[in-house]
Amino acid sequence: MENSPLFKSGHTACAGCGQAIAARLVVEAAGANTIIANNTGCLEVFSAKYPETAWGVPWIHSLFENSAAVASGIEAALIYLGKKDTINVIAQGGDGGTADIGLQALSGMLERGHDILYICFDNEAYENTGIQRSGLTPYGTNTTTSPPGKQSIGNFRPKKPMPEIALAHGIPYVATASAGFPQDLTRKVKKAISIKGPKYIQVHVPCPLGWRHETNQMLTVAKLAVETGLYPLFEYENGVLANRKQIVPKPVQEYLKSQGRFKHLLDNPEEIKKIQEIADNNIKKYNLKLEA
Amino acid sequence: MKEFVEGSHAVAQIIKACQPGVISAYPITPQTHIVEDLAQIVANGELKAQFVNVESEHSAASVVLGASATGVRVYTATSSQGLFYMQEVIFNIAGMRLPVVMTCANRAISAPINIWNDQQDSISLRDAGWFQIYAEDNQEAVDFHLIGYRLAEDKRVMLPVMVCMDGFILTHGMETVDIPEQDKVNKFLPNYNPLYKLDPAEPISMGLLADPDYYMETRFAIQETMKASLGYLSEISREFNAVFGRDYKDLLVEEYQTKDADKVIVAMGSVCGTIKEAVDEQRAKGKKVGLLRIITYRPFPYARVYEALKDVPRVAVLDKAVSLGAYAPIAVEMKAAFYGKKKGPKVISSFVGGLGGRDITLESIHEVFRRLTAKEVNSDFIDLKPELLKEDTRS
Repeated sequence: MENSPLFKSGHTACAGCGQAIAARLVVEAAGANTIIANNTGCLEVFSAKYPETAWGVPWIHSLFENSAAVASGIEAALIYLGKKDTINVIAQGGDGGTADIGLQALSGMLERGHDILYICFDNEAYENTGIQRSGLTPYGTNTTTSPPGKQSIGNFRPKKPMPEIALAHGIPYVATASAGFPQDLTRKVKKAISIKGPKYIQVHVPCPLGWRHETNQMLTVAKLAVETGLYPLFEYENGVLANRKQIVPKPVQEYLKSQGRFKHLLDNPEEIKKIQEIADNNIKKYNLKLEA
Repeated sequence: MKEFVEGSHAVAQIIKACQPGVISAYPITPQTHIVEDLAQIVANGELKAQFVNVESEHSAASVVLGASATGVRVYTATSSQGLFYMQEVIFNIAGMRLPVVMTCANRAISAPINIWNDQQDSISLRDAGWFQIYAEDNQEAVDFHLIGYRLAEDKRVMLPVMVCMDGFILTHGMETVDIPEQDKVNKFLPNYNPLYKLDPAEPISMGLLADPDYYMETRFAIQETMKASLGYLSEISREFNAVFGRDYKDLLVEEYQTKDADKVIVAMGSVCGTIKEAVDEQRAKGKKVGLLRIITYRPFPYARVYEALKDVPRVAVLDKAVSLGAYAPIAVEMKAAFYGKKKGPKVISSFVGGLGGRDITLESIHEVFRRLTAKEVNSDFIDLKPELLKEDTRS
């Protein structure tokens, strides 16, 4: 890939980091007339360590949970300055900064109707602090705070339904995307910024360190999450399901066996069955199955 | 223009005159009247500002942080638990050198929940890198906001300012206040012209990770700015006096009958009005007593305090806050101001009063003077109710 003027190479992300690729795609799709507010997390740490920065657009990091509120202030300031129509505002954070500690600030931003695109880079755990469980960690995952043991199969709760929570705010655009489908992600970001009001996109971004897969398997793992139905890709416009990526569903084992974080489940048919049910429900709910 | 107004209303009027572009706040008693007024002012089109109603104080502070970083003058107000909920953003704003101006309507801290006045809230955030300036009356509350913007946005400073005014006593108190006219405000306070801002025409990154190679210098820089600002305050005060005809001297302390005094009370905020009255009463009886009022608590004016009290034999520090398990907050500073110095009071006694809104009466102040003896006391609570302190014998 060529060096990008908006998200420069030389940052310190791990090899095979899905978030670094997705973050670059997001800012490139949004373009140079964009201001980004970033929560604390992997992306913030690896892209903006003084005296260097990867960012070619105005970028600000304040705290772990407040990018949605900081972005609200940026947007209000741009309206005051009469510049809002020419500048996009993006707030972004990881899954913990979005679905857990930052949920209140995000809800406020969505409810108030700010013209901001919120991007949740979902790598399904607090990877930056050492792979702890978040509200977006999938059922059964082995993390450092949801380890499997005699009394536990790992993370015992399913993912918090963040897109539905965003949707419940009555906002004009909600979508999921994946680092495994870059063109789809680019298209969704472009579409989102063309719509006035609050927008939410949740991007599935594999983390080789936390998920325990080979660094060259990032795209494969990301695609498998979509192709099994475990990470459905969809778009809601004005509350209506406008688009979804249809699949020929693969069994969830193919996804589970690609990563060390699910290794403990592979000889547990009962648990695999439960995870297959999660995928099946998604396939049914979003009508994902491609008719032969 | 002189008006007989509630303190909150007067503050809203001066904020309007300072013309912030973004205002954000979350309701908390006793701050609410200020932001209600501002909401109405914006709704009436009398101020071209964005008023952002947020879901929490954490977001109120974050919104003004973001707007300030985008190069716009901002305002927020809070109190008590609200200030505490903002705490990490408060430190963040100072670390990012953003010239935010905020009102703290001083109020007690839970538990037990108590909405009445003391100064525990702002004092607990003394280490945040914000200026803390305490008003005695509503004229000062008004003027200190205007001075606050001028100070915060001074290119030599670029730090946030917290104007502290006693909740209810000032925020809900009616007084005659001279609200500065717009043309004079414009003369004193130039348009905000930031050094750095978030702007696609000139992209910068703000809020970067600073590792051990870089972090300490950022704190040192704020410390140095704070120290230098003790002088800038006098400078700004002179210019303020030239435009408005109100002389706050060096804006650091006020000396009231201290010159020949053998007993002086040191205090901060609206209680100083009561202390002045008590001093007048005692002076009328020939007693040599006085008051040293701390106006600027951060940065702390050690040198000025030393000069003012170096020949006073006995000093009583009256704190409306407490550091549980230690010396009271202002008392600590007073003792530090004289440690190792040739001159200074023989006795620096520390008193705690007015917590959770308990009235500090004239009699309370006379009692402090009475308890200021040759025997030094520390964190001696005044106006306690002995009947509430009796051991519970039911169990």
